[in-house]
Amino acid sequence: MKKKHGVIGLIAVMMLTLLAACGKSGNSEGGASPSQAAVSESPSASASASSSESPSGNGGGAKKKFAIIFKNTGNPYGEKMMEGFKKAIEEVGGEAILKAPDQPTAEAQIQMIEELISQKVDSIAIAANDPDALQPALEKAMNAGIKVLSLDSAVNAASRLVHVNQADPERIGRTLIQGVSEMIGGEGEIAILSATSQATNQNTWIEWMKKELEDPKYSKIKLVKVAYGDDLRDKSVSETEALLKSYPNLKGIIAPTTVGIAAAGKVLTDKGLKGKVQLTGLGLPSEMAEYIESGVCQWMYLWNPIDVGYLSGYVADGLVKGTLTGKVGEKITAGTLGEKVVVQDGDGTQIMLGDPFKFDASNITEWKSVY
Amino acid sequence: MSAKIAKFRELGLLVFIVLMSVGVQLRNPSFLTWENINDMITNTAILSILAVGMMLVIVTRGIDLSIGATLALSGMTAALAVSHSPGLSPLAAIGIGTGIGLVCGMALGVLVAWVNILPIIATLGMMNVFRGLTFESSGGKWVSAHQMPDSFKNIATGSLLGINNLIAIAILVYAVAYYFVSHTRTGRRIYAVGSNPESAAVSGIHSARILWLVYTIMGGLSGLAGVLWVSKFASAQGDTASGYELSVIAACVLGGVSIAGGVGKISGIVLGSVLLGILNNALPMIDVSAFWQMFIQGAIILIAVLINALVKRGIDRNNLMRRKI
Repeated sequence: MKKKHGVIGLIAVMMLTLLAACGKSGNSEGGASPSQAAVSESPSASASASSSESPSGNGGGAKKKFAIIFKNTGNPYGEKMMEGFKKAIEEVGGEAILKAPDQPTAEAQIQMIEELISQKVDSIAIAANDPDALQPALEKAMNAGIKVLSLDSAVNAASRLVHVNQADPERIGRTLIQGVSEMIGGEGEIAILSATSQATNQNTWIEWMKKELEDPKYSKIKLVKVAYGDDLRDKSVSETEALLKSYPNLKGIIAPTTVGIAAAGKVLTDKGLKGKVQLTGLGLPSEMAEYIESGVCQWMYLWNPIDVGYLSGYVADGLVKGTLTGKVGEKITAGTLGEKVVVQDGDGTQIMLGDPFKFDASNITEWKSVY
Repeated sequence: MSAKIAKFRELGLLVFIVLMSVGVQLRNPSFLTWENINDMITNTAILSILAVGMMLVIVTRGIDLSIGATLALSGMTAALAVSHSPGLSPLAAIGIGTGIGLVCGMALGVLVAWVNILPIIATLGMMNVFRGLTFESSGGKWVSAHQMPDSFKNIATGSLLGINNLIAIAILVYAVAYYFVSHTRTGRRIYAVGSNPESAAVSGIHSARILWLVYTIMGGLSGLAGVLWVSKFASAQGDTASGYELSVIAACVLGGVSIAGGVGKISGIVLGSVLLGILNNALPMIDVSAFWQMFIQGAIILIAVLINALVKRGIDRNNLMRRKI
């Protein structure tokens, strides 16, 4: 009797492990799991090794290997970014290695960097889960002759040669205020619904929004509150409802975060406040399509993740070829994006993608299926 | 004596809620308006539904950490179903979600009841399994508002006899749960198994069956909650309700459900859910910084747990004294 139970128990545990393994691999659709680090190489690149020659003198047989590490798997935004990166690398005739850990932690990324160092890749592009924690691993990579750049989320200046910034924080902040001002007719109370109170990106944008508001032409616009929805659906909804009740004269909400703007759109829809309270910010086109089409949110902005990855691909190529070293003033021609300039960013340098892209009723149908 | 103390504990919670409401009302007069109370109850409905299942699990000395993942999986499945066939009836969507949840709960129940894996380990493992399945089924993509038919989104926004559907469903769940735990044999057996497994076994109760049942109920309620969640927020993500199980456990503990098992009342978890609901609704309205919001929320939960521990110590001491005489 006892024995039988034991056997059943063993079998069940084994099945559980199997199931767990299935779940884990499912988690890494199009990406990789941290321990095993499944590498999704570009199939065409490996298939047509001899045919696609790189334009400059890095021919000599072996292809250059360009790795990209995103924050975590299962993120459509990250997948689009890696897609753009791969496209650029294929255009310059290299081999793209796309990686992302299961969990958005710095530890998992460090492990991947170590693996890439031993694989002797030529360049690593990383969207960091922590600006400082990756420094030892990335310095080790640079000492091994690997060109390191960050994209989307920067690592500190000592850990990279250059950073590719998805959009200029100043342009984002100023554009959002200009947008909401146009929507509410330049007059009235506005509020900001952000992610967490410590989100670096959001806080920088909010700083620039406040600077733009200092302009005398916005003298009739009053920023009444910055609320934090922590990028959680339920909390963002509660925060939006609280804004509407605490400030009955509220004319506009700016939500510079994907979950926040969609949650606010839902609340405004449910409460029938379309046209009474305006909404803009940064959001995913697929999430916002419903509210842009219904008019609750007339337009919103976001950069194009494909372009972020694409630009990073060309920057990585420039670094490997040596046409780019990451010094201020250097220029790079990035395929279809045209010429970009390296500019100062605190202690380090960065390359900016440009103005955020505007999504409105005229183009949302085309974009909602993209990401 | 112990009954009196247990009763007092709920009264204490009620007084606490009233005092807090008055305090918030003084700071922001729009707190106790009809619209806000309605929003508050609607936002708390899903939490309170889950609290019913969690109470049963905790009463049997168990815990279920997988409910956030079960919720995400069933919500995602329902969302995928309605996005593929928009003509699907909302009731069918609820059926699919609840069904997925039931299956998850049954699998978990087997592991806990018959394989004898500790609930915390089994549910922790299954949490990752379910979360992984959610990502797998969606291919890592989100299902957004424009992919869902209006009939599905109306589950959460529509109303039944003037009461919002979410609230109506919560009331129904509570009515059934109240009858189940206080007036059925199986319901009482759950408490017997929780308060003293040995005597329960001696008196002929199949503990394993009871354990399996509570995890199955929990799974079914999580599945139902998943559909309601996705309908309410009109968006299904792989990381939906990540960490939500902790809020549900907090609601139960606040409501006087003892982690040691055997103790827990429906009226208690109603108050526990209401308290958490008020916290979530009121903290954004009293205009304190985000850091203080977290501090206040944590402090209130800690105070409630502390009261729980003190009361329990008092009961134990009373029992010891009674034994001496």
